[in-house]
Amino acid sequence: MSSQPIPDEVSAWIGEHRYAETADFPVERGYLWTSCASVENGNPLFWDDAVADEITGGPIAPPTTLSLWFRPHSWQPGEHTQRLPLQVHFDLKEKLGLPEAIMSDSEVVFYEPVRPGDVISTRQVLRSVSEPKTTKLGTGRFWVIDVEYTNQHDGVVGVEVFTGFGYRRGTSS
Amino acid sequence: MKLKLADVTVGDRLPELAYDVTATTVVLGALATRDWRPMHHDYDFAVNRNGVRNIFLNTPNQQAWFERYLTDWTGPFGRLARMKFRMRDSVFPGERMVLAGVVEDVTTDATGCGWVAVAVELSADGRLATTCTARIAVPTTDDDNPWRRRGDNWRP
Repeated sequence: MSSQPIPDEVSAWIGEHRYAETADFPVERGYLWTSCASVENGNPLFWDDAVADEITGGPIAPPTTLSLWFRPHSWQPGEHTQRLPLQVHFDLKEKLGLPEAIMSDSEVVFYEPVRPGDVISTRQVLRSVSEPKTTKLGTGRFWVIDVEYTNQHDGVVGVEVFTGFGYRRGTSS
Repeated sequence: MKLKLADVTVGDRLPELAYDVTATTVVLGALATRDWRPMHHDYDFAVNRNGVRNIFLNTPNQQAWFERYLTDWTGPFGRLARMKFRMRDSVFPGERMVLAGVVEDVTTDATGCGWVAVAVELSADGRLATTCTARIAVPTTDDDNPWRRRGDNWRP
């Protein structure tokens, strides 16, 4: 429950690298075009290879597709439990007994461009968990999680910082 | 189009982008970001489990909308470095989404890279839904290209 002390197991996660993984499939252009199409992004970097060659030395991924490669398939053979993106967030919900959660803030920093064919790896780091707070949604805790991304050359391509709020509904003031 | 640092002044307003959001917008955005969670495609789940009034745009797709908005303005030489988001409310089908930005800072760092800071508000039917502060590199001269920067010369 949110009014109880933070479990030792959760405290031990703070600063620890967790859920290191490599994407199931390389960065591929079909998804990049689908992403651009979903927001009608006509940036020629993503559609015109001559422009991409001139400006970025070849095709790149839209920077905001950084986390795309780590969202699990909705189903795959032999996997009977659903894998969840940002697993630390869901671990916190479970361990802290907070059934609902939102992401209130996020920040993303871009380094080396991601390119089609890259194989991206990631790891998650819990940075902090707050004392109990009450918002209009309910009572719970805020937490901050970093997600670090690297390419197959160990070059950092980006870091995402998420602030989540896990809560119980109906306990707001 | 090639926006250069000298073209930008603190207080400049970016052209607004208005878009009428439909259920297709929400579902396409969720699938494009590989987000299979039901609140972004299942009306019944969104209403009865999440307690909201409809399916709603997911965060990664909103990021893509912000990216599109910013690079529509800078052109392809604009290189995004950092984006910070605050989600205040949801964006639902049937609403008119408007993105509006203003330049908050124009600087050059020690390596000579030109930087613009932009505050963008995404509203839905006039209700503030998400704010984004972005740091984006733009060329300082006709020959400059922020995408060529690597290692210590790229300080996002």
